[in-house]
This record gives sequence, structure tokens and C-alpha cells, in this order.
Amino acid sequence: MIEVQHLTKRYGPVMAVDDISFTVERGEILGFLGPNGAGKTTTMRVLTGYMPPTEGKAIVAGYDVMEQPIEAKRRTGYLPETPPLYPEMTVREYLSFVAKIKRVPRGERKARVEEMMRKTHVDDVANRHCGKLSKGYRQRVGLAQALMHNPDVLILDEPTAGLDPKQIIETRQLIRGLAGDHTIILSTHILPEVSQTCQRVVIINRGKVVAVDTPDNLTSRLRGSETMYLQVDAGGADAAAVLERVSGVTRVVATDTKLQVVGYEVDSEAGRDVRRELAAAVVSRGWGLLEMRPMRMSLEEIFLHVTTEETAAPAAPVDTDTERTGELVS
Amino acid sequence: MNNILAIAHKELKSYFSTPIAYVVIGFFALLFGYFFYAMLIIFNQQSQQLGGLGGGGNADINQQLIRPLFLNASVILLFVLPLITMRTYSEEKRSGTIELLLTSPVTDVEIIVGKFLGAMALYAAMLGITLIHMVLLFAWGNPEPKVVLMGYVGLLLMGGCFISVGLLISSLTKNQIVSGMVTFAVFLLLWVINWIASFTGPTTQSVLNYLSITDHFDDFTKGILDTKHLVYYFSVMSFGLFLTARSVDTERWKG
Repeated sequence: MIEVQHLTKRYGPVMAVDDISFTVERGEILGFLGPNGAGKTTTMRVLTGYMPPTEGKAIVAGYDVMEQPIEAKRRTGYLPETPPLYPEMTVREYLSFVAKIKRVPRGERKARVEEMMRKTHVDDVANRHCGKLSKGYRQRVGLAQALMHNPDVLILDEPTAGLDPKQIIETRQLIRGLAGDHTIILSTHILPEVSQTCQRVVIINRGKVVAVDTPDNLTSRLRGSETMYLQVDAGGADAAAVLERVSGVTRVVATDTKLQVVGYEVDSEAGRDVRRELAAAVVSRGWGLLEMRPMRMSLEEIFLHVTTEETAAPAAPVDTDTERTGELVS
Repeated sequence: MNNILAIAHKELKSYFSTPIAYVVIGFFALLFGYFFYAMLIIFNQQSQQLGGLGGGGNADINQQLIRPLFLNASVILLFVLPLITMRTYSEEKRSGTIELLLTSPVTDVEIIVGKFLGAMALYAAMLGITLIHMVLLFAWGNPEPKVVLMGYVGLLLMGGCFISVGLLISSLTKNQIVSGMVTFAVFLLLWVINWIASFTGPTTQSVLNYLSITDHFDDFTKGILDTKHLVYYFSVMSFGLFLTARSVDTERWKG
């Protein structure tokens, strides 16, 4: 549905986007992740036909954005970082204008505007001036604008920026609900957003794609190995040695001790599931197996890992089920 | 065409939902009204003097009242039209709404022509107010309809040139004030460019005279419709709009 081939964009001497390529399948939600200034907005602007690339090409919904811009734009909805609202227009007037220039047929316009206002929950401010809206409403009016002509492709530049937690959840639900009918690219620097809404992630840094994969695969791929956390009761000193002898295990580290209960981090070869063997080894010796769970690198750490220049020591693994709400500031 | 009208309509509406339209129309009407009153007093005095001489000659309302009135109106335009055009592109660029226009299935030319027509509509409304004075003239005097009609045609065409140049300047900057000031300076320059004409050589003289936007207006106030002036006004308008299109396109490349 979206094909980006060797896209390069230079602003004078500054290389904003450097030879990036990726594709997005129909109905997919692709997360576009990167620190500020990585080239996310530039890439999106090229995809929407706002600016031409220096080199390479972008095909959206089957149309080259440079060769057939009007056809491509008819099938693309775009929510820029700042919603493009006219402060002196009311929400309804604004959306009617959008419907006109997005070529919604005259007879359907009115109904379409009302439908979009309901869908994005802005119908209660329909007669208010856009300039007087709160950030949350602006963002949603912007989303209604992007959806107005029922585009095949939706390009959303930080759609949840500046919203309160409840609105963020609502917006994410709305976006997830749109997948299937629409192909979506969504940029963000909020990492949980990616794991919660996107099926695939493109991480870009300094204009280059540094990783493309599903959030899950990225997590395990970057580890290079699987890590389990075990809590063993009454294992004594030789428990670590016993665990290390289990086939496939590469490393065992005791991490915490509470009375007799010792916690271990057990690394194993990538792609190999050693849970059964570990459990059998512990239980057959009569020790108590209190806890066993996989540990993964959080997206934050992956992100830092792939976007940080110096090869720092691998970040400590963190439990996958811990709630993370931090916003990454780069 | 629908896109052009949609954008023209939006432009016109935004003039009227901000104070701009009211201020521009109000002050234009005020100034025009003052000029009308002043010209009328002068004209009255002149015609009484002519009558008092008993020469039987009547003062010419077309040449002594309407013509100077239109010439003065063209001066007001120098000040008023930059106010209309200065925000057209600058404001869209500043607030980011240009992203909506440039990513919608609308061509650059449609956007530019739409904006041009929107500004022209406001300008026409502004001129429309002055029809009141003309009605008064026709009610109590006997002006020549052709002179009045040509005067308005001339004003519209000249204003169109100013607006297309104003659009161009507005498309070059994000800052309304810069846009307004530069526009005003350029208008003024186009107005006075032939003042030095008589001190230069014959070639430069004719070029400078030809360039002066207001010089071409003179014939209209005499009730003359000369294709020479039509060609001039329409070429300036299309050239201005063409350059605006180039400027918008360049902005795209620069980002």
C-alpha cells in the first residue's frame, strides 16, 4: 500500500532523510519511531506530497506521489504535528471546508461532516471556533480532517501528543479501530504507544532506518538470547551450578536473595525454550520453584540501544509485564 | 473550478470573520467619502465661478469631479490593498494550515487563483460601497455613465494587479508585518516609478512610463477603454500569479 524506495531528502547541506526504504501492507499499522529530528516528519511530508524528495520515490495507494500527486493525495489523509486549523472558523465550518477540498461529493458532505465529528467525539464543540479549542479537541478535529475523505492511507504525525491519559487511550482505540480499512503510519516518540497500537515498527535515527520489525521480534532479536527469571527456594549454594548444567543455558547470575529464596537470571541460546528443563532440574532436587518468567528488553532500551552511537554495555533486562508510561526525551 | 471556489469562499469568509474586512472596508469608505466631499465642494465653487462669469460654459463634472475622485481612490488603494493581501500566505505558513492545502487533492494553481479571487471579492465589496456616491451624482447631476463605468473597470484591474503582486510577496514570508510593509513599498514604487521618467533617455522613459501601474489607469478615468492598458493589467496579474506559483513550489523544495 505504501512503498518507500531509497528516499533521500536534503535541506541544503543537512541530510534530513538518508536513503530509507520500507513498505507497509494494506490494513497494517506501522509505527514510526525515532528521537526528535530523526527525519520522521520529513518522511511523512514526502509521503503526503507536501514536499518532494531529493532522491528516491514514494508510492502511496498505487500512485507515485511525485508523478500523480492529485491521485495520491485523494487517497491519503494526513494529520500534521500541529493540527492545521483555521482559528476563525467553527469546527463545523472547518470540516465542511475540508470536505469540499478533499472532494467529498456535494450530496454526502453534510452527513460526512456530522459522522466524522461523532467518530472523533468533537460533536459537542461543533459550533465553537477552532482557535478556542483545547489541545485535545484540536488534535481530534485534526484527526476528523484526516479521515474526512475516507482515505486508504492515513499518516499521523504524533497523534497523541499533548492529550491527557484518557484521551490518549481513546485516540489509540480509535486508531486501532481504523486499521483494516485504512493503512496507517503513525509517528511517535512515546514507546508504549508503539507496542500497544502498531503491528510493525520502523526505528529511524539521523535519517537512517536502524531497525524494522514487529515490536516482539525487535525485543527478542536485539537481545540475541533469551533470559528467564527464576526464584528458587532452599536451593543452597550449588543451585547456580545445577542450573548452568541444563543444556542450552549459557549463563546464570544470582540477582537477589531473601532468606533462602534466591533469584536467578538465566540466559539461554536464542530461539531455544529451556523452561521445561529448568523446571525439571529444580523440582527433581526437591527445591521450591517459586517463580519463573521470561524477561525481555523494554522498547525503551531497544530504542536507546539502536539509536545511541557508542556501544554501551547492554542494558539490564526488565520484566515485560511492568507498566511503562515514560516518554522518551532525547 | 469547485476547488477554486471553495478556497475563494474560505478566504472571503476568513476576511469577514476577522476584523480585517470591516476595518478595510470602513476606512476605505471613510476616506473615499472624504475625498468625494472635498471634490464636490471644490467642484461647486468652480462651477459657480464659471456661471458668475456669464460665459455660459458649464463645469465638466466628468473631468473635474469624477476623474480626480478615481485618481484619489487609486492612491487609497496603495495603503489599503497591502492589508488585504499581507496575511493570505504568510498566515497559512505561520499557523501550518498550508500543510492542509498542500496535502489536499488541490493543485497549487487552484489554491493561488482561489486566494486571488477571494481577495478580489473583498476588494469588489469595498468598491461597491462607493456606488452610493455615484448614485447621488446621477440623481443630482448628469455624469457620463461611460466614464463612471470605465473608472470602476480601471480600479478593479489596477487593484487586481496590486493583489497579485501582494499575493506573491505574502508567499515569500511567514511574517505578516514584513509582508505588508514590503507590499506597500512595492506598490508605492510602482506608483512613482515614472516620476523620474522625464529626466532619463527616451528608451528608459517609455519603459518607466509603461511600468507605472497608475499611469495606465489615467485613460480609464477619461472613459477610454484601450486594449493597450487591458493587455498591461492582465499581463501583470498573470505574471504575479505565475511567480506566486513558482514561489510556492520553491518553498516546497526548501521545506
